[in-house]
Amino acid sequence: MSHAELIDAHAHFYTEESGRTDWQAVNDARLEAGARMGVTAHVASILGTWGNSSPTYFPSPDDITHGNEAMLGLTRAHPGLIFGYCVVNPNYPDHALKELERRFEAGMVGIKLAASRRANDALVDPIAVFAAEHGLPILHHVWQHRRREWPGQEASDAIELVELAQRHPDTKFLLAHIAGGGDWAHSLRAVCDIPNVWIDLSGSGVDSGMLEAVLEAVGPRRMVWACDVTMDTGLAKLRHLESLELGSTDLDRIRSGNAKDLFPAGVFEP
Amino acid sequence: MIVDVAAFIGAYPYTHLPESSPEYLLAQMDRMGIGEAWVGHLPSFLYKDPAPGTALLLESLEPAGERLRPVPTIHPGLPGWRRDMDNAKDAAAPAIRIYPMHQELSPDGEAVKESAIAAGALGLAVVLTVRFEDVRQRHPLDAVPDLPPSAVRALARADQRVRILVTHAGRAFVEEVHFGLTAEEASRVLWDVSWLWGPPENELRKLVATIGAERFAFGTGMPLRIPDAVPAKLDLTGLSSGDRAAIESENVNRWLQW
Repeated sequence: MSHAELIDAHAHFYTEESGRTDWQAVNDARLEAGARMGVTAHVASILGTWGNSSPTYFPSPDDITHGNEAMLGLTRAHPGLIFGYCVVNPNYPDHALKELERRFEAGMVGIKLAASRRANDALVDPIAVFAAEHGLPILHHVWQHRRREWPGQEASDAIELVELAQRHPDTKFLLAHIAGGGDWAHSLRAVCDIPNVWIDLSGSGVDSGMLEAVLEAVGPRRMVWACDVTMDTGLAKLRHLESLELGSTDLDRIRSGNAKDLFPAGVFEP
Repeated sequence: MIVDVAAFIGAYPYTHLPESSPEYLLAQMDRMGIGEAWVGHLPSFLYKDPAPGTALLLESLEPAGERLRPVPTIHPGLPGWRRDMDNAKDAAAPAIRIYPMHQELSPDGEAVKESAIAAGALGLAVVLTVRFEDVRQRHPLDAVPDLPPSAVRALARADQRVRILVTHAGRAFVEEVHFGLTAEEASRVLWDVSWLWGPPENELRKLVATIGAERFAFGTGMPLRIPDAVPAKLDLTGLSSGDRAAIESENVNRWLQW
């Protein structure tokens, strides 16, 4: 591990079908900001058409195919810098497994599950099995302590992700954006003793005490630095971690080492 | 010298804060290169009478001298609030805080307008907080709605001496208020940058381009939030050194001398 390496394990990009005219500028801005921050790898997904022709969190099979294809295009355009998650919608089991097969063959390095189906639903099981068989992590969108249904998504919380993780102890799960809104302390209580769930530090939240609480709950070996849609808060959390005097080994693990353990061996090597 | 216009001491009623003392603020300010902070008493936003919170605020900040400047909370619905305002002036406060939503006052009603006008007459700015936390994150009992943009417009129009610092406003809120005011009215409103995201969406950079760097101030939200967030945002936003200096201190210093 080198201190220079910095892997953003939760990134997103857009396409011409994403329903916004500035999609290319936003993609460029991510790469530009990443370069300023020292990001050496963006592991990213495209959630279908981001609501343009099917809902962001309930993407249609056609939109999923489009997004994954575009994601692969970005990985090919930026080899060694951009890596892709394969997005699937568990409500279309056949399509999901076909996408996984072809995208894994094409070089995608992980699976992104958003909020199309609750994490503890049986329809997610075949995807978790595929992940374990192929050594792929699952980045699972999580609403930190979902106290009710929220429109636009069938979000899972940490308790539901833990049910899935316990059914699939050989699958590696990355709990998305601990700082992405909701009660992060609730999630930490749920996952602290679940060894196959890692914590993605992304999200717009920069609450005092949050990073310290994550450290206490899961330790530096299960913390994975990431940004999601707000890279400035990602940088802020990185700097705050540096101020905690963790020691270079633990900090390197959070910056990149844990991500290297999660994703297939060697994918981030030059 | 960076001026943090949105800091607090004291506990937050809905969740535990590991640190919230003046000493903590000073240590973080040293770490981040912040020279001066405007400091409110955090729990006073829920106090029926915030005056005891102000007394504690003044006592707590006194050893820090001018590095920590008090921003007392005023409850415009209480009898005698003008005395509290006078006391704030006597304590050399640069501003007072009003929480219309938590104080169950009409945010654009007469009591709030009257207090803003009185603050303006005394040379005190009014600090308004749009929200403390994201709606997804709030305690189940914290059902108070966000401050509406219409409240800021109403106060800015109330009197030419009224100056308003709005904290924790998002991009749409800022735009709705700014372009809903005359240029003169808008010139009396400052926005802290804490809730405006950096790249890749680059909300802050877009707003600097559309409404000008002179409308923004540096506010961390300590100790609710880590202070690293605002410098990180400014580092990534790609502002000119002049725009950055304006946001970090020049705007608020000029505004105070108005």
